Amino acid sequence: MKTAAESEKQRWEREVLGPALQKSPERRIPFTTISGRPIDRLYTRDDLPGFDAARDLATPGTFPYTRGIHPTGYRGRLWTMRQFAGFGTPEETNDRYRTLLQAGGTGLSVAFDLPTLMGRDPDHPLSLGEVGKCGVSIVSLADMERLFDGIALGNITTSMTINSPAPMIFAMYLVVAEKQGADWKTLSGTIQNDILKEFIAQKEYIYPPRESMRLITDVFAFCANEVPKWNTISVSGYHIREAGSTAAQELAFTLRDGIEYVQYGVDAGLDVDVFAPQISFFFNSHSDFFEEIAKFRAARKLWADVMRNRFKAKNERSWKLRFHTQTAGVSLTAQQPYNNVVRTALQALAAVLGGTQSLHTNSLDEALALPTADTATLALRTQQIIAYESGVTNSVDPLGGSYFLEKLTLDMEHEARRYFDVIDRMGGMVEAVEQGFPQREIAEASYRFQQSVEMRDKIIVGVNDFVQEDEEPIPILYIDDTTANRQLARLHELKQTRDNEAVRRALGALQSAARGGANTMYPLLDCVRAYATVGEMCDALREVWGEYEEVPLI
Amino acid sequence: MSQKIRVVIAKPGLDGHDRGAKVIARALRDSGMEVIYTGLRQTPEQIVGAALQEDADVIGLSILSGAHMHICPRVMELLKEKGLEDVLVVIGGIIPDVDIPKLQAMGIKGIFLPGSPMQEIIEYINANVRRRAEAI
Repeated sequence: MKTAAESEKQRWEREVLGPALQKSPERRIPFTTISGRPIDRLYTRDDLPGFDAARDLATPGTFPYTRGIHPTGYRGRLWTMRQFAGFGTPEETNDRYRTLLQAGGTGLSVAFDLPTLMGRDPDHPLSLGEVGKCGVSIVSLADMERLFDGIALGNITTSMTINSPAPMIFAMYLVVAEKQGADWKTLSGTIQNDILKEFIAQKEYIYPPRESMRLITDVFAFCANEVPKWNTISVSGYHIREAGSTAAQELAFTLRDGIEYVQYGVDAGLDVDVFAPQISFFFNSHSDFFEEIAKFRAARKLWADVMRNRFKAKNERSWKLRFHTQTAGVSLTAQQPYNNVVRTALQALAAVLGGTQSLHTNSLDEALALPTADTATLALRTQQIIAYESGVTNSVDPLGGSYFLEKLTLDMEHEARRYFDVIDRMGGMVEAVEQGFPQREIAEASYRFQQSVEMRDKIIVGVNDFVQEDEEPIPILYIDDTTANRQLARLHELKQTRDNEAVRRALGALQSAARGGANTMYPLLDCVRAYATVGEMCDALREVWGEYEEVPLI
Repeated sequence: MSQKIRVVIAKPGLDGHDRGAKVIARALRDSGMEVIYTGLRQTPEQIVGAALQEDADVIGLSILSGAHMHICPRVMELLKEKGLEDVLVVIGGIIPDVDIPKLQAMGIKGIFLPGSPMQEIIEYINANVRRRAEAI
């Protein structure tokens, strides 16, 4: 009987590796990715038995887009260098935007403070100490006008990280654009508007899941007609990863969230090929270089398949996964903060080699505070050095065809598909969230990682090895209470000067739309024009829909 | 009577980033403590109320948003009002250096910044807990 022929890799292991290991053994550490995925010492064609280059890889700009959505990669256009920024008053943030644009930034990205993100005015008891701290405080249209003062919204693209109150903040942006004389049809930018990952990871939810999904499909329908170039949602893995998931969980839960949004849009009667091209994605770029690149490539391939085969989309634009990336905030260390520049550069490089459309690089001081103007500029320079000096933009998907990377890409895809099956069996992501499934999976992964750091299976330079005593503190941005006081005074003044009767009527119309089936975006625009506050608009819907409370689990 | 150290882990303020709170809650539990996690968005009143109701020896606050200089004084004030001054309060999160002496002056000596090993927090609590240690 003839035995199967020895593979090239097996022969190498027998003839070359075996004797070498006897002479000098490998280091006794777990060779795993940061997600705990075991990595082999060598990958050859023998690791890719079912790999079909035409099916799995194809060419850039063609289905399934593993090698990228553009035939020319970054030779045509570089990624958008979009630095997330916001703190204090709208005026202070406006200053920072002008600095970033003058330094060569090519898009804006708004960070809001926690009261704004949670739909609370500065005078709410839970806003105590939070106003202007983690982002800019936006209370009414007047603040939005200050935020974009002197910045022509028709000429730039703006990303706004806002979720539960996304329709309210988006309505404010549209009214500012309208007042500047910009045409909504040409406006371009993104609202995050991704509530599922809030339930899963970041926990900035207000309304229960199904009502929250209704707000999102209202935005889809509204934008298809009124703001066709706007990205209506940025389906986000970033926060899932920051909460402690593995790379594969980030990929799986994010894309399964995307499937849920498309399904809800279709169920609301929308044409998939009309709203799907306006869906964008947002991923984390963490420290394990190849695992991250594989994740980005697998994401494109999976989404193309989902859209074409699961949803029967015909429009090629529906198949193409476009994404923004942010380097991993959670990887930054408070110890030896200058090391963070190096971490961020490597993570940014992974995002570029993974084909991102847009990128935020974190600043070195972000484990300590919001960034200073200097550190924010250095973070932008990091991207510029990758773009203009490293040479990695010269060819499309330069790592494509690497045995290791293609194997990792396939493994990521398969792991994500297994999660899709589990969540499909639960009835969908809304149901999975209600059962706490992704939340539990992430908490487990996060605890496992922390234990591996404690046991020093995973080394974090400056934290559990190479520790340095007596570090000199670096200058950080300190936000005091002047913002809170100023925003409180403005809120008080606003309520005395606006037409409160018009506000009351507009809020009543919003509640009627919420109770019935009419699109909530139109009455929200009227609320904004009457200078209703974020808290008032969100409260109006709280009265109709109630608030979501999660069961705390540890 | 249980001799386990009882800890209330709380997330005050509007922030929902609960990764740290959950990991610490689990680590303390695995080390043999009794842990009650309050969940998100607790006011100082709710946190002190939970400590009273749960007969807690320790309150652990997780604050990353910068609101600590408003929340911590209020928690300490309420503990005093309720006669719970002997409850050990520890805080973890993003705390600028300039605020550390101010928190210490309020009586919060256990301040754990990003990168603190879980073991260090466990040891700190074991060495500094007052209530149950006296009762035993």
